Amino acid sequence: MSSDRIVGIDLGTTNSLVAFMQGENPVVIPGDDGLNLVPSVVALDENDQPVIGNAARKYLTETPERAVYSIKRLMGRGVEDVQAELKFFPFRLAEDLQAGEVLRIRLGEKTFTPPEISALILRQLKRNAERFFGAPVSKAVITVPAYFNDAQRQATKDAGRIAGLEVLRLVNEPTAASLAYGLDKKQNGIVAVYDLGGGTFDISILKVHDGIFEVIATNGDTHLGGDDIDNLLITIAIDDTLGDLGLDLRRNGEAVQAIRNAVIEAKIALSSQPSVKLDVELPGGKRYLREITREQFEKLIQPIIDRTVGPCKQALKDAGLKPEQIDEVVLVGGSTRIPKVRTLVKELFQREPHTDLNPDEVVALGAAVQANILAGGSEATENMLLLDVTPLSLGIEVAGGVTDKIILRNSTIPASATQFYTTQIDGQANVAIHVLQGERELAKDCRSLARFDLKGIPAMAAGMARIEVKFLIDANGILHVSAREQRSGKEAEIQVQPSYGLTDEQVESMILDSFDSAEEDFRQRQVIEARNEAATILAALEKGKKSAAWGHLTTDEKKKIAKMEKALIAVNTEDDYQAIRKAIEALNQGTTRLAELMMDSAVSTALKGKTMDEADLGEGPTAPHPMAKAEFE
Amino acid sequence: MTNLTTITAKPAPGETQTCWSCGTMRAVHFCEACGKVQPPAPVDYFTFFALPRKLNLDVAAMEKDFYQLSRKLHPDLNARAGSQEQEWSLQKSSLLNDAYRTLRDPIKRTQYLLKLEGVELEEQSKTATEQARSSGQVKKQIVPPDLLEEVFELNMQLEELRGLKKAGEDDPALIEEIGRQKLELEEKQEALLRELQDRWKMWDGMIQREQNGQPVSEEERKQERDKMVDVLNRRNYIRNLVRDVNEVLEN
Repeated sequence: MSSDRIVGIDLGTTNSLVAFMQGENPVVIPGDDGLNLVPSVVALDENDQPVIGNAARKYLTETPERAVYSIKRLMGRGVEDVQAELKFFPFRLAEDLQAGEVLRIRLGEKTFTPPEISALILRQLKRNAERFFGAPVSKAVITVPAYFNDAQRQATKDAGRIAGLEVLRLVNEPTAASLAYGLDKKQNGIVAVYDLGGGTFDISILKVHDGIFEVIATNGDTHLGGDDIDNLLITIAIDDTLGDLGLDLRRNGEAVQAIRNAVIEAKIALSSQPSVKLDVELPGGKRYLREITREQFEKLIQPIIDRTVGPCKQALKDAGLKPEQIDEVVLVGGSTRIPKVRTLVKELFQREPHTDLNPDEVVALGAAVQANILAGGSEATENMLLLDVTPLSLGIEVAGGVTDKIILRNSTIPASATQFYTTQIDGQANVAIHVLQGERELAKDCRSLARFDLKGIPAMAAGMARIEVKFLIDANGILHVSAREQRSGKEAEIQVQPSYGLTDEQVESMILDSFDSAEEDFRQRQVIEARNEAATILAALEKGKKSAAWGHLTTDEKKKIAKMEKALIAVNTEDDYQAIRKAIEALNQGTTRLAELMMDSAVSTALKGKTMDEADLGEGPTAPHPMAKAEFE
Repeated sequence: MTNLTTITAKPAPGETQTCWSCGTMRAVHFCEACGKVQPPAPVDYFTFFALPRKLNLDVAAMEKDFYQLSRKLHPDLNARAGSQEQEWSLQKSSLLNDAYRTLRDPIKRTQYLLKLEGVELEEQSKTATEQARSSGQVKKQIVPPDLLEEVFELNMQLEELRGLKKAGEDDPALIEEIGRQKLELEEKQEALLRELQDRWKMWDGMIQREQNGQPVSEEERKQERDKMVDVLNRRNYIRNLVRDVNEVLEN
């Protein structure tokens, strides 16, 4: 049945996507705006209703206190971890946060945990898929950065549950990408996947062998990506305005967002142009103008992209390989469109990297492949199997505050380790265990995962108890612990105190209203959404008829459009959402040329009348950079 | 050497011999008739791969077995099974991964076998060293006598370089000298691996004799174990030295 349909989801820092296996090929499912990418932006509208994706973007500049982006950076993290992020991201934390509590973000008057905000994005993707299939979707594979720790993975799984999705597997993003590539190229060899996204960096080295994708080593940085480049450019702009105009924009959310939008556009343009002009309207009517050449840009971002070199070298070393032993290099993530990043990868691995698949979509496509494997496979995925690793060593705190590593990083998962504990004093009933993740020698330098209390140990003389504790990392990279007292054979009770994370009860209480599962509600929602879409396209057509482009259409073209318009208006009053969709699709196809003509004239109007004055002003106060002074108008 | 048939052919002693699901005769890890994963049994890594407790093993053949068993046991391929089977699949594939990871590495394999034989190898471990260091104790390090002089010299030089680096200074000649010694240590490490492999032959020969029905005395067994422990200790000592050298050179 359709309930068995499993989708693949890329829950990204900047954009999220949902994909599925259509026949022998993975395809991305577009949203109701026709776009494949759903920006990972969540806002509350005037009525406190959540708005997600492209529709939410306008709130970032209009009511920034009611919108949030890059929430992935906060997944599975505590207050003390995010201080650095808070300097650069307009995250508004709830004021009443207790130490050790899961973060909560303020949107308007309400507060949300990062998993809840991610859940809203996931629910949007779920709806997009449901509209596409015309049937409910309840199972998913979700990708995570390979270097995500246990808490970050758990938070992602919680988000799925809150969104009403059963998360069948968390797959590492670079590994997913290699699966998508592996579909076309069924050859054996060593593949390196370099994944630089909006907020995270991963490098994974895989051995591909007759359909088995065996990860040998992985490394990365969960706080390194395109966001960091944006923030650098934003900081420069804020410094410029503060130094030159004495205007402090740091507390002005709207202005910062306007600058952010402009620098992102500039960054993207610089991948294809030798120089760009920034032009942002500032509060008080001034304009911030700056020309950035690609050369300056490259110099500026060098320190950021250089941070990917260390993890790459470490991964090679862990894999026991020299760069020349890598057969293929694959680029993933929007930031790998930057020419300088490509040069760096080419030099690092001494090989021209593959870019055949869209770096924004390849992870979602790979997630769809993995979903297909879990569903029992098809001809295309026959014999394909992913063997992934745990990115970080798992350890236990022992005497002296030292970490005793029990499962080393890059161990194939599932993986397990057994430890034996005993009691220190006569009749001791509890033993406390502190579980850590990380590579450092001292417990205080590692990530605290959880504290466990083994309880109900039968009364014995000190040192007599023999408690066997089994640590198991499952195929999602998530830790499970069980314990048994061996002499009495008694299962010891374990109390888990996750260091950062939601309890089961908390997740249960957050699950988004479950109307998604009811067929009738689902159908009604489909009808409403289809009608909304019909209204949108009809309004757009009205606008088109009044534009200059309309005059360029032939009489025949106009006649056809009129016929399709009539057909849509006719079915729009009925309750058959599939018929409405069909009519929308037809009209959409029929008006492609009109839309193109309208786009052309819009672009040429926008390019006209852009002039700028030179203003000679002093230098900015803090962030040194290789660029000339900014201009203000 | 081993292949999938040997693994699939023999259930471990004491196990039921029929598949829990379809009732036909079954293999150890999965049923050949219906493909279902079988319940995990508490076995050691050698038994899991149906290998005798010998140290010279065909790693390429084991890799093949690993891939083939992964195709049966991995949770991804049992995602649609019942929850009990999924649990077994998780347990078994983790055991498979743990066993493969341990046995394919010559040092880990030897340490694991010695542990099965009841030998404790803790005293030279990195954790023990760190633990002693952070609690301020001086750890008993058994310095191999033939290394005594060199090690003393090297430690002095490392101390000197640490001091220089702290003061922000540099001494290319000293760095070069330490680098040269590091190469020597690495060569020694290689030589010790070869020595260990020679010991494997002795051990495997002993196991073979035992399998052929000739009694092996506990004394002989202990001697072979002790010799391997000695090689491992010396090797660990040198490995820790190389680690220290790398730390100083890289910082």
